[in-house]
This record gives sequence, structure tokens and C-alpha cells, in this order.
Amino acid sequence: MNTQFWLIQAFNGVSYGALLFLVGSGLSLIFGVMRIVNLSHGSYFLLGGYVALSVIWTTGSWALALPVAALSIAAVGLLMERIFLRPLGFDPLRQVLLTVGFAFLFQQAALDIWTGNNFDINPPEVLTKSVVVGGLYLPLYRVFMIATALVIGIVLWVAMEKTRMGAAVRATVDDAQMARGVGIDTSRVSMLIFSLGAFLAALGGVIGGAFLGIYPGLDFEMLPLAFAVVIIGGMGSLGGAAIGALLVGLADNFGKALFPEVSYFTLYAPMALILAVKPTGLFGRE
Amino acid sequence: MRSQQVKILVVVAALAALAIIVPNANSFLILLATRVLAFAILVMSVDLLLGYTGLPSLGQAAYLAVGAYLTAILATKYQFGLGYDFWLVVIGGMLLGAALAAVFGLLAIRATGVYFLMITLALGQCVWGLAYRWNSLTNGDNGINLRQRPQFGIDLANEVTFFYLVLGFFVVSLLLLYTLVRSPFGLSLAGIRERELRMRILGYNTWLHKYIAFIIAGAFGGLSGVLWAHTAGIVSPVNVELAFSVDALLMAVLGGSGTLVGGVIGAFIVFGLREYLSTLVPWWQYVLGGVYVLTILYLPTGLMGIPDRIRQRRARTGNREEEKELAPVTP
Repeated sequence: MNTQFWLIQAFNGVSYGALLFLVGSGLSLIFGVMRIVNLSHGSYFLLGGYVALSVIWTTGSWALALPVAALSIAAVGLLMERIFLRPLGFDPLRQVLLTVGFAFLFQQAALDIWTGNNFDINPPEVLTKSVVVGGLYLPLYRVFMIATALVIGIVLWVAMEKTRMGAAVRATVDDAQMARGVGIDTSRVSMLIFSLGAFLAALGGVIGGAFLGIYPGLDFEMLPLAFAVVIIGGMGSLGGAAIGALLVGLADNFGKALFPEVSYFTLYAPMALILAVKPTGLFGRE
Repeated sequence: MRSQQVKILVVVAALAALAIIVPNANSFLILLATRVLAFAILVMSVDLLLGYTGLPSLGQAAYLAVGAYLTAILATKYQFGLGYDFWLVVIGGMLLGAALAAVFGLLAIRATGVYFLMITLALGQCVWGLAYRWNSLTNGDNGINLRQRPQFGIDLANEVTFFYLVLGFFVVSLLLLYTLVRSPFGLSLAGIRERELRMRILGYNTWLHKYIAFIIAGAFGGLSGVLWAHTAGIVSPVNVELAFSVDALLMAVLGGSGTLVGGVIGAFIVFGLREYLSTLVPWWQYVLGGVYVLTILYLPTGLMGIPDRIRQRRARTGNREEEKELAPVTP
């Protein structure tokens, strides 16, 4: 265990964290705005990967697959929110169960359309090379992942902090009733955030598909990880999601490398403890 | 009170019918019924929390899992629990489930609503992580195969005998839980579900009530696990997955939460669809997903709530007709 080991593991952890940020930030915003525990979020990740595969198979373009997959899953999220979740009103249990029902439906649909095989999403040639930094061989693809998450994180942050819409979203997170009182259309905010969350998760699916693969069951593997990000970071907080994603990414990587037998335990136990001590997460808004 | 007696009679009749019909059916149905009843004990434990205390648990599979892993590990590594000592395993499974719930409850009980969902999810994932990764103890992803069922005077390898054993455990669990929810303790749980603040003002220690309910639910989860291990013959991380906990929760809601027996109906429908329909058509999961979505959208009180809803509707239309008769005739 030399410095090289630690550096490589840290790099892997950070790049995994970048992927988790894409999945977790959307989930966090959805929870913050709508107080919905969205259990179909993992399905958006998986479906995003599948749609991207179809686009790549028909057009051969990876660059095209990214926006097409993300936008079509955003549309799925939009429809789900408008047609099914909105009419339910505020009833956490029913909302949660409804999203599970959809997760099962999506699972079956994916199985029918894309079969049960394991697929890999092959990124373009340029990204498969490695760069050498200080004697370390870093896969360019992971660098790309970190860069993407950074760009998206900054765009989201600017949108949330500097625009009128962002202010409306933050107001809804803090107190939806008051927000409605001062004339913010919280129903529109919910719709926007829900489809944005689906968009980000699907984007994560396309990007993550290159090294995780795309296979049935991936949806329910990503879901608890995304929740770990949200819980550690705090619900409805973008900065929290970033820190949460980084922590979970690092904990997951070092856990698997250092003590494989209890690696998931070391990930979820802190999550439970944080929840017990501070239910809104480390950086959550009270 | 009379409608309560009618309900009890219906349940007793249904259980008697089950005890008579199932053993004479084919082995597929016997196995299905055994699975359903073993799992239904877990669903009832979910219902104790959800329907009677108002705590939606998304990690109940953890308690089934510790009971099941205990049974499997003792049986394969130590040849323990395959004779009369099976009863010790039953007690051990319940105690382990209760002990786990006692630890988890300390963390979870403070939370309510959505936060309770999240924290039970996290705790369930802890157990899943251990089951999945702790290879030397749990055999990781492959799980543990139980090669034989216990034998003590009666041979549980016989499907019918085993069915009767599980049915017996189910009936006893149902009776115990029914007594519990009708007791003063159970009524104060319902009070907490309806309005916790008021109960606290009345001087009830609501935290302790919820904590005890959580532990009792854990014990029944452990019992369900012991039976499940011998029913399925294999224990693997699949039994701790989030989807497994979600199943239990959905069955409780599908049947009707706050009814105990509703969970059995939910379990019968879900297992039935999954195991029977899947042999007939490839798109069975659409049916299952559709049933969930439709139940939640249109039947929030579950299947057990249907008679009440019909009665309410009748009363409402009756009222309307009365209003019509009473309406002043305008010339």
C-alpha cells in the first residue's frame, strides 16, 4: 500500500462520486421540493442507459445518445409526475408505493425491449485513452466524468442561486405553503424539478453505462447508493449532494479495497447514523 | 360489535378452508400456500407498524433475513435445529429479530413519515451489505442452501406436514398480534398513529410505545425468517434486498393496512401472480405493477377496504334520494 495505491483509489472514488452526483442531485432536489421518496429514480438511470444503447445501435453516435436519452427520460418523468403523482396530493406513503409500482413496470418494459443481456456502452475512441499525471495513468473517461459532473454542478448552482426560477425552487424547498402564498406556482416547480431529476439520472445512466455496464437489476443497485448521497448530503441541498456524492464515492471505493467483507456496511451504517442524529442530513435545510 | 364477530367468523372459515383444501391440491399450490403463510407473518409485522402505529418501514426484510440466516447457518455449519432443537431455533430467530429491532429502533423511532421510510431503508441496506459481502459467514451472493428440513417425530420434508406447521405458526402469530392490537397497548398505538402530539399531552410515553411495537415487529420478522429459510431451502442476499422489503410493504397496503389479515390476501395475490402467472405469460410483471399502481390510485384502503367503501357509497346514494324526497317542491 504505497502512495500510488491511495492516489489511484482516491481518483476512482472521486470519479465514482461524480457519477453519483448526477443521480443523487436530482433525487435530492425532488425530495426537497416535493417531499417524495422517488423509488423509480434508479429506473431512470437504467432506462437512460438503455435508450442510449438504442441510439448508438441505430446511429452509431455516442454524442447524440447523451441528449436523446436524457431528454426522453425527462419526458417520462414529466408524464409520471403530471399524470400520476400530482393527483395523489401530499401522501408520502402512497407516493412512495406508486413510484415502486412504476419501477416494477419499467423493469419489465426494459426486459421486454432490451432483453436481459449485459451490455456495455462504448464511449468514443478519444475517451478510452489514458493521461499520465505525475506518474499515474488516469483513464481519460474518468476525467471526463469528473469534468461533466463539475460542469453540471456549476450550471445547476448558478441556476439555483442566480435565477428567478432557482429562487422559486429554493423557496419551495424551504416552505412550500409559504411559497404558494407569495404566488409561486409550486406545481410548475415540482414538474420542472421532477423532470430535471429524471434528466440527470438518465445522463448518469449513459455515462455510468461505460464502466458499470447496463443490465437488469442495476436500477435497484443504484437506488440505495443515490439515497446514501441524498441522506448524507442533506435533502434538497445541491452543495450537500455534491459532498455526499464525494463521500459515498470515496467510502465505496476505499471500503471495497480495504475491508471488502464489510464494505457496504461501512457505507450504509454512517448513513443510518446521520439520519438518526440529524434527519435532514448533514447539510440539509431545516 | 356484530360486524366484528362476522369478520372473525369469515377469517376462521377462510383459514379452515385453507387447511382442508390446500393439502388435497397439487404440490404447486401446497408450496405456494406455504410460502405465502410464512411471508405473511412478515407482512403482518409490517402492518403492526404501518397500519396500527403509522410507521411505514422500508427495511423489514432485515428481520426476516437475520432469522433466515440464523437458521441456515446453524443448520449447515453446526447441524443444529434439525431435530427437536428446531424449536430453539424458532425462539433464537425471534430473539435475534427482536434484538436487531431493539438496536435499529434506537436510531429509527425518533423519525416520522418520510424520514422513517428513509432510515429504515438505510438500516435494511446495512444488513444487506453484510449478507452480500461477509462471505465467510453468509457465503455472499451465492447464499446458503439448506439440504434438509427438521425432523422431530414428524418429518417436515413432507410438504403437507410442513404446510400444517407453517399454518400453525401463522395462526398463532395472527392470534397474538390480534390480541395485541385489541389490547390497551394496541389502542394507544392507534392513538399515536392518529395524533401523536395529543397522546403525548395525555401523558403517554409515545417513544416507548413505538419502540416496543418496533421490537415486537422485529421478533415476528425473525420468526417469519426461520420459516422462510426452510420453505425456500435457500437464503441469499435477495432476501434482504430493498425490493423484498418493498414487497412486504406493498402486500400490506394491497390487502389493506390496519387489518392484519389483509396482508395474507396481499401476499396471496402477489405470490400467486408471480409464481402462477409467470408460468403462463411473459408479461406477468406488467400485471403486478399495474395492480400496485391501480390499488394505490383507486383503493388507498386496500382490498379489505372494499366492503366499507361500497357501504359508504350506498349510504351516500341513499342520503341523496332522501334529500330529493325532502326537497321542497317548487311550483
